[in-house]
Amino acid sequence: MSQELLFNALITGLFLGGFYAAVSVGITIAFGMLDIVNIAHPAFIMLGAFIAFYLNSNFGIDPLVASLIAILPAFIGGRLFYKIYYYAFERHGEESLQGLAFFFGILFIVEVGLLLVFGVDYRFVEANYIRKTIDLGYISLPLRLVIPMIAGLTIVAAIHLFTSRSFLGRAILAVSQDPGALRIVGGNPVRVKEIAFGLSIATAVVAGALLIIIQPVEPSLGREYIGRVFAICVLGGMTSLSGTVVASFVVGIAEALTTTFGGPSWAPAVAFGLLILTLIVRPEGIFGR
Amino acid sequence: MNAIGHTAPLPATSISSRRVRRYLVPIAASVLIVLFGFAVLDWISFEYAYLATYTILQYVVLATAWNILGGYAGYVNFGVAGFFALGVYTCVFNYKTLQLPLPVIIMVAGLIAGIVGLGMGYLTLRLRGVFFSIATLAFAIVLNTVFNNWRFVGGARGVPVLRPDAPLFFGTYPRYLFGLILFLAIAAVLIARAIEYSWLGRGLAAIRDDEIAAECSGVPALRLKLIAATISGGLIGMAGAPFPYFITYVDPASAFNLTIAVNTVAMPVIGGMTSWVGPVIGAVLLGTLQQVTTVTISSALSLMLVGILLVTFVALAPRGIIGLIKSLQRQSP
Amino acid sequence: MKQISLVILRTLAAFACIFISESLYAQQAPIRIGFGMALSGGLAAGGKAALLTYQIWQEEINARGGLLGRKIDLVYYDDQSNPATVPGIYSKLLDIDKVDLVTSGYATGPIVAAMPVVIAHKKTFLAFFALDANGQFKYDRYFTMQPSGPDPAVAQAIGFFNLAKNITPKPQTIAIVGADAEFGQVAMSGARQLAKREDFNFKIVYDQSYPPNTVDFTSIVRSIKVLNPDLVYIASYPPDTAGMLRAIYEVGLSAKLLGGGMVGLQFAALKQQFGYQLNNIVDYDYYAPEPTMKFPGIDSVLEKYRTRAAAAGVDVLGLYIPPYAYAEMQILEQTVTAVGGFDDAKMADYLHKTVFKTVVGNIKFGPYGEWDPGRELTVQYQNIKGNDVQQFKESGKQVILDPPELKSGNLIVPFTPTKQ
Repeated sequence: MSQELLFNALITGLFLGGFYAAVSVGITIAFGMLDIVNIAHPAFIMLGAFIAFYLNSNFGIDPLVASLIAILPAFIGGRLFYKIYYYAFERHGEESLQGLAFFFGILFIVEVGLLLVFGVDYRFVEANYIRKTIDLGYISLPLRLVIPMIAGLTIVAAIHLFTSRSFLGRAILAVSQDPGALRIVGGNPVRVKEIAFGLSIATAVVAGALLIIIQPVEPSLGREYIGRVFAICVLGGMTSLSGTVVASFVVGIAEALTTTFGGPSWAPAVAFGLLILTLIVRPEGIFGR
Repeated sequence: MNAIGHTAPLPATSISSRRVRRYLVPIAASVLIVLFGFAVLDWISFEYAYLATYTILQYVVLATAWNILGGYAGYVNFGVAGFFALGVYTCVFNYKTLQLPLPVIIMVAGLIAGIVGLGMGYLTLRLRGVFFSIATLAFAIVLNTVFNNWRFVGGARGVPVLRPDAPLFFGTYPRYLFGLILFLAIAAVLIARAIEYSWLGRGLAAIRDDEIAAECSGVPALRLKLIAATISGGLIGMAGAPFPYFITYVDPASAFNLTIAVNTVAMPVIGGMTSWVGPVIGAVLLGTLQQVTTVTISSALSLMLVGILLVTFVALAPRGIIGLIKSLQRQSP
Repeated sequence: MKQISLVILRTLAAFACIFISESLYAQQAPIRIGFGMALSGGLAAGGKAALLTYQIWQEEINARGGLLGRKIDLVYYDDQSNPATVPGIYSKLLDIDKVDLVTSGYATGPIVAAMPVVIAHKKTFLAFFALDANGQFKYDRYFTMQPSGPDPAVAQAIGFFNLAKNITPKPQTIAIVGADAEFGQVAMSGARQLAKREDFNFKIVYDQSYPPNTVDFTSIVRSIKVLNPDLVYIASYPPDTAGMLRAIYEVGLSAKLLGGGMVGLQFAALKQQFGYQLNNIVDYDYYAPEPTMKFPGIDSVLEKYRTRAAAAGVDVLGLYIPPYAYAEMQILEQTVTAVGGFDDAKMADYLHKTVFKTVVGNIKFGPYGEWDPGRELTVQYQNIKGNDVQQFKESGKQVILDPPELKSGNLIVPFTPTKQ
């Protein structure tokens, strides 16, 4: 086994892992903490990627900047979405089955919508750091992977700070454990959930902008991410942010090693395979209670 | 009712008339449908009509089969594409090796898919409903990757499939395909109907309403769920078996088609999940709509339509069309 | 009196004839040619160029009275470069639209997917570029514009191998990589056969396929690089060609000879995107503006195409698809005119036995529709400066190295990914 291949695969895996953390933190919030099976999360990631593409190709805006621009609209959109979801489902208490089908439909609508607007072609962004690589001996660090990793971990750190320091953030943690207790200390569970879901969608859109830095995208790419985000969320123990980060690295490295030594055609199965394995063997995940 | 509380035994004639209603009526209806179907399509004598109707009938099978686990038991299976592809690739494998006749392959595909359904169910049906659904999706994608890597059945490259000559009685091959899928559709509906009215159906309904309570009352939940998963998976696999001859080019992307997955979930949701009638209504309505829009407007827009209808019905009319009809009946004096 | 009335009579008769023939012409149903074409997706660069060329031909022929006195109508649908859409498209064309003639889309994947439908309807199928599409069917009414010749898989790669054989010192090892799709697999099998043949005898140190939708090739290229092969044969479609080249420059892969079966470098878009980075890459091609390939009529076709290409947003050079697409329509026109109709059996018969004179030279089809003889080129990109696409119109940028009778330059060895 070549050292060069192995080290480069590990490094790539680490970088991807940092990025996957950004992708999955939204599901940790939505699914882990709020019990909303937002299977359409990857669709919002793709939406973020295409927004970044649109802003980049029409206005020359850097994708990182585009992601910052998109945060507020995504947050507001996410809150709106939750409102619809709440009035249609949660109020009646029929979450699981109908909610799943609902989000499945949304996933589909977003993907087909992107197809109708952008077509099946691969789209990519232009930024001056995308082609650059830092070479350290035989290990190469492509900036298109480094930057999303840094950005991704920053996002997770920011959310961690938010949930541990601010009242609203702690309320989000509380609402997943005991909505009644939250009411007693003065929080409104519905409003808290709404904000949390908005946050979840905002992270998805930002992650999308990071994705298009890493690789060209086309609308049906989101499907690969369904397995990844849920695998990472479940592996990481559902509600734990640190679990999400660790699980992201595990998945990222597993995929990179498989791609390098097993071939790229097996890479999609890694995340999903890990998911199935986790669900069967240890559903609480690594950090789960 | 006599004094002790037992019901008096029914007179002999009533029992046999019940049997007539339970068995003869559906069988007679099925025969009529078959004759009618062939008569109408032969009269139109438009080759494409056989293929258009094939798609709709295929969805009748898929929607009905899915509903056995999804509607009756409440376990949403997102891995429809996986079972369908098992049927497709059984047929492709046969096309490249033994070349057994299609009806045999349909049976084999059903068997394989059923066994896989049993296995998958055993591994995942103990999980809470939501995790089950995610696991089924994961299973479908893992299977997709496996077939992508299996060179013999084409891998990502795909396999073009030439239609053989049709068996004598049927004339052209599309007519033969139509006959096969019509037979499958009727079989699926009869099976679903039989389950619904049996102890299995009642048990599944109890599980759907409250699994823990059902288990406390003695319903063997896991066993019933496994039976439902096996039958559901097997039927979906059977629907997949004739697909290669229908579409004449198979690659993993078309076998694991997201359109099929969404349609199979959308049709029972829109039609109504509590009875065998719902998936049929959903399949016929939605299927016909899509055929028309695909030919006249574009296939992408017809997909968008499915998504919008699914979301709308799930949010506003969760009981489906059957539910809407029933609530209208209740409102009218 | 008699003279004048005769003149008047003749004039009236002439007008009557014109009037009748015009109205007859206008009232006759148009001839409908149906096809699926890659107007979006990875093959769109070629598909759109083909469509534009067909439309140019259509306007020309309609202006001079149509085919058999009837106007030509093109009925087409976008196959999105996805073979899975193709059977549905051709069923629709033949069963619902009921077109008179069918031609193919662009490229091996979509064309192979059309074969079962076409065969079931027993249509004569004039197909465009496809690598050995008829190999598994052996259909006698298939004809292709691909100039590979009999045994296409080998013909595709043999130029590359002939060049490799003559390098001193003789190369020992070869890496073969390609997409897991119809074209990639057929091309790779040809390369494999040749590598093992006695007169070449190269050791295959790497032989892998990648899924068609791969976007990140760095791990693949790195895996090849650690093995340090002398030759690298790549069989890729435009999106993967681009991805592969990016990775080759990012990772830094050199070889004595690199390329061979990279589809997409023939298009203006990739020539412009990569420009000088193409230097010393060896690839297949079907036409290059070299002095050895001046066919009668080709310059006017290129000019006509180029004036419309920029406005239509398609390949501005038009060196790959338009000459052959135009020739395809010339062949169709000649065949239908000779047969006097659309009888598939008669058309197939005529296509088999005729030598056609076209803007890409004389074409004769073999028993299963391949060219007989073939005329596949192996070219090397040389002396490319910067990213200006117009330089490719001159000779000397795509030097023909094989076959010997069309040779216009000499091989430069090795290929190294240099920063400018």
